[in-house]
Amino acid sequence: MEKLIFEYSQEGRKAHTLPDAPAVNFGLPERKSLRLPEVAEIDVTRHYTKLSQQNYGVDSGFYPLGSCTMKYNPKINEQIAALEEFTGMNPYTPDHAAVGLLKILYETEQMLCQTFGYARFTLQPAAGAHGEFTGLLIIRAYHLDRGDTRRVKILVPDAAHGTNPASCTLAGFQTVTIRSLPDGGVDLNDLKKHLDNTVAGLMLTNPNTLGLFEKNILPIAELVHNAGGLLYYDGANANATLGLARPADMGFDVCHLNLHKTFATPHGGGGPGSGPVGVTAALAPYLPRPLIDFQNGEYYLNNNRPKSIGKVHSFYGNIGVILRAYAYLKIQGSAGLKRASELAVLNANYVKARLQKVYAIPYPQICQHEFVISVKEWKKQYGVSAADIAKRLMDYGYHPPTIYFPLIVPECLMIEPTETESKETLDAFCDAMLKIAAEVKTNPELVKSAPHSTIIGRLDEVKAVKDPDLNYFA
Amino acid sequence: MAYFPHTENEIQAMLQTIGAKNIGELFADVPEKLKNLEFPEFKPVSEIELLAELDELRRRSERQSVSFLGGGRYDHYIPPVVPALAGRSEFYTAYTPYQPEISQGTLTAIYEFQSMICELTGLDIANASLYDGATALAEAVSMAAAATGRTEYVLANTLHPNYCEVLKTYLTPRNITRQKESGANTAAVIFALPDFHGLISNWQEYLSKARENGALFIVCADPLLLSVLEPPAADIVTGEAQSLGLPQNYGGPALGYLAAKKDFLRQMPGRIVGRTTDGRGNRPFVLTMQTREQHIRREKATSNICSNQALCALMATIYMSYLGRSGLQTVAKLCKANTDYAKQKLGGIPDFSVDEGEHFRDFVLHCPDAKKIKIGRPLDDRRLLLSVTEKTTLKQIDFLAETLRRTGKNI
Repeated sequence: MEKLIFEYSQEGRKAHTLPDAPAVNFGLPERKSLRLPEVAEIDVTRHYTKLSQQNYGVDSGFYPLGSCTMKYNPKINEQIAALEEFTGMNPYTPDHAAVGLLKILYETEQMLCQTFGYARFTLQPAAGAHGEFTGLLIIRAYHLDRGDTRRVKILVPDAAHGTNPASCTLAGFQTVTIRSLPDGGVDLNDLKKHLDNTVAGLMLTNPNTLGLFEKNILPIAELVHNAGGLLYYDGANANATLGLARPADMGFDVCHLNLHKTFATPHGGGGPGSGPVGVTAALAPYLPRPLIDFQNGEYYLNNNRPKSIGKVHSFYGNIGVILRAYAYLKIQGSAGLKRASELAVLNANYVKARLQKVYAIPYPQICQHEFVISVKEWKKQYGVSAADIAKRLMDYGYHPPTIYFPLIVPECLMIEPTETESKETLDAFCDAMLKIAAEVKTNPELVKSAPHSTIIGRLDEVKAVKDPDLNYFA
Repeated sequence: MAYFPHTENEIQAMLQTIGAKNIGELFADVPEKLKNLEFPEFKPVSEIELLAELDELRRRSERQSVSFLGGGRYDHYIPPVVPALAGRSEFYTAYTPYQPEISQGTLTAIYEFQSMICELTGLDIANASLYDGATALAEAVSMAAAATGRTEYVLANTLHPNYCEVLKTYLTPRNITRQKESGANTAAVIFALPDFHGLISNWQEYLSKARENGALFIVCADPLLLSVLEPPAADIVTGEAQSLGLPQNYGGPALGYLAAKKDFLRQMPGRIVGRTTDGRGNRPFVLTMQTREQHIRREKATSNICSNQALCALMATIYMSYLGRSGLQTVAKLCKANTDYAKQKLGGIPDFSVDEGEHFRDFVLHCPDAKKIKIGRPLDDRRLLLSVTEKTTLKQIDFLAETLRRTGKNI
C-alpha cells in the first residue's frame, strides 16, 4: 500500500516557485498552523502516480458494472474538453464573447432533443440524481401551476434505483412503491390500484433494472396520463434505446440522461457527471433557467423565464463534461448511436447465453443492455455469495459487476458489458466466470477468501463504521 | 460511427450462440408502434472534421485573460502537476470506488481530501465532495433542518445571488424557507466568507445570534481565505473549492465541499471514506457510513446524491499537496495584496469609488455608467463587480486605472 501524502512531509521542503508572501491585513485574526504536506514536486508526482496504479478504470480492463454503462471514453473527447478557450472561460463572460461555446451547448441540446424526442433539454444538472431532482421539481411546478395542489405522491417500482425514492423526498413528494410481476414488468393491477388524483407521476427506468424492456409501456403511459399524472424516465438505462425507441414516443413527459453513462464521458472515480433533463413542450416553461436560446442569428443565455423552477446549479452545469458528450454525439451521428445500442444489447445477450447453462438467470428471456444472475442456491449449498464471486473476479483481472442490486433479486450480480467490448474480451470474461463456477463447487474456500492477487485483502467494513477514522488529523 | 470492435463474422457467431437470426430479434419486446417511427437524424463527422469545426468555434470564444471577471469562479494559476496527474486514466476512467481492493488510488486521495478540508475548516469530518458551492450550501441547510427539526434559515450577510436562488429551488418543496430575522424556528444562520462583494467581515455577532436561538451556524467560505484565517467557530463549513486548482470551465465542473462537527455525521450527505483494516495487516480505505445513503435508505436517505465530483476533489488534493501551507497562504496573500492595490488605484479616480473594509479578490467599483465599461460584471447602472487573483499584474491594474481615468465620465 502507498502511504499518505502527509507522511512524505519534511518541514521546510516545498514544490512551488511563488514569490515571498507580501504583508497584508485580512481584518480578522490569522491562523497559527496549517498542517498541509511540505513536499517536493517529485514527491507529489510519484505519490499520485503510485495511487493511480492502485486503481482500476475502463482503460485498465473490462468493467461490466451493471447500470453504470462503463463504456470506453474516447481520447478525442479529452482533447476537446481541455481546449483553453473553454476551460479558461469565466461564467460571466458576455454572450457575444462566449458565442462559440454557446453554439456548442445549443447544438448538444438539439442533438439530445432529436435523439430522445423532446422539445427542450436543460444541461444544468451535474449528475443523474441531480437530474431526477430537477425533473421532479418540474412535475411539481406543472401541477401547482394548474392549481392542482393534491398531487403529493410519486409512484416508483420496487426494482427502481435508490436515487428515485431519495429524489422524491428531496422534491417534497411521498414515494409509493409499485410491485413488479414475476416477469419483471410493472404490475398493472397494482398500478391501477394506486392511481388517483393524489398521484403526481410515475418514475420508470426502461429497460428496467433487470435489463428487460417494459412491454406494457404504452398502456402504462395511458393509465398514468388518464389519471392526470406525468411519466418520468430515469435515463440510467438509455444505452439500450438509442435510435430504437424514444422515451418521448413511449409517453414519458420528463427524462434525465447520464452523459457519463450513455454518452461516453468518463466517470472520474465518481464524478463529475452530467444529468441533462428533457421535457415535452408543455413542460418547457418550468425548466431551470437560464436556457440557451437562438434569435436573430445570436446565441444567448435566456434568464427571462417566469415559470422556471429556478437554478439548480451555481452556473450552467458541468460544461467540461457536456463538451465531451458533444464530441461523442458528433462523431457517432444518429446512425452510430443506434448501432451502439444494438451492439450493447448483442453483447449482453451473448454473455448471458454463454453463462446461462451454469449460472442461474432468474429472467431467462432475451435481455436488453444488461442482465442479472442470482447465486442464492450456491449460497445455500456452498456458502458462496454474490460478493465472493465478485471478489474472485478481481483475481482474474476484471472489475466485478454490480452486486446486490436490484434489491428484489437475492444474491444478485448485474452484468452490463457495453458495446465497446469485443467478442474476445467477452469470451475471456465468460471463461473466467465459468472457471469460478467450477471453483465454487470444487473449492468454495478459494472463492470465499478471494481476492488473493490484490494489494490488500478483504476489508473490515464493520470496523470502519463502528470506529470511524475519517480524518488523518483527528 | 466509431468505437465498435465487432467484425461482421463475430456478430454472426454471437447471434448463433444467442439463438437469434438477426439483431432485430433482440428487440422483440419493443412495441411495433414505437419501432416504425421516423426520427430526425444528424450525420456523423470524422475527428478531423470535428476538430476543424471546433477550431472555428474556439476562435469565436474569446478567452478574456484580463477580464477582471470573478463572482464565484476565479482565474488562479494551476500548476502543471495537477492536470498531468489527475489526467492519468486509471483515475478518470474509474467509477465510484465500490470495490476497495482495486480502488485504493481514488479512496486514498479522497481520505487525503477529507483530511485537508477538515484542517482548513477546523472541523472534525468532511465528505468526499458535492456538485458545487451552491448545492453544497443547500445540502448544509438540509442537514441543519434535519438536525434541529426546524424549517427556517437566515442569511447573515450578502450571499451570492445564484446561491440564494439555488437555496430557494432546493428547499421550498420541503417548506424550508428563508426569513429575515432568526428566531425559535431557525435551523441555520448562514455567513458568507467573503461575501458576494468580496468583503471579509467578522462573524462573531452572527454566531452569538445563532447560539442564542439554538440554530446551527453555517459558514460558506472560500478555502483559500480559510488557509490564512483562524477557522470560524461554525457547526458546518461549506462552499466552492474551484479556486484549489480547477479551471473556471464556464462555471463547471466545480467542487462543492462540506465539513462539520462530528455530532452531525449521521446527517451528512454524500460519500464518506474511512480507514479500516484487512486480514493482512494493512490499513486500507473504504466507502463507509453508507446507511445514510440513497442506495440503502432510499426515501429516508440524508440526500439523493450518488455521483459527486471525485476527480475535481483529486485535483484540489494534488493542488494543496503541491502548494503546501506556504504556497496556499502565499496565493491568498498575493490575491489580497492585488485587491488592495486595485481598490486604491481605481477608487482614486475622480467620479469612481470603492467600499471601505477588507476585500478578497472581488470588490465593487462605483462608477458613472457601469454598463458602458466592457470589463468586470455590471451589478446595476452604477456598480461594477471586479475581481483580481495572484495572476493579475500591477501593470494590468495600472492600465485599467489609466483607461478609466482617461475616459472618465464619458464612457
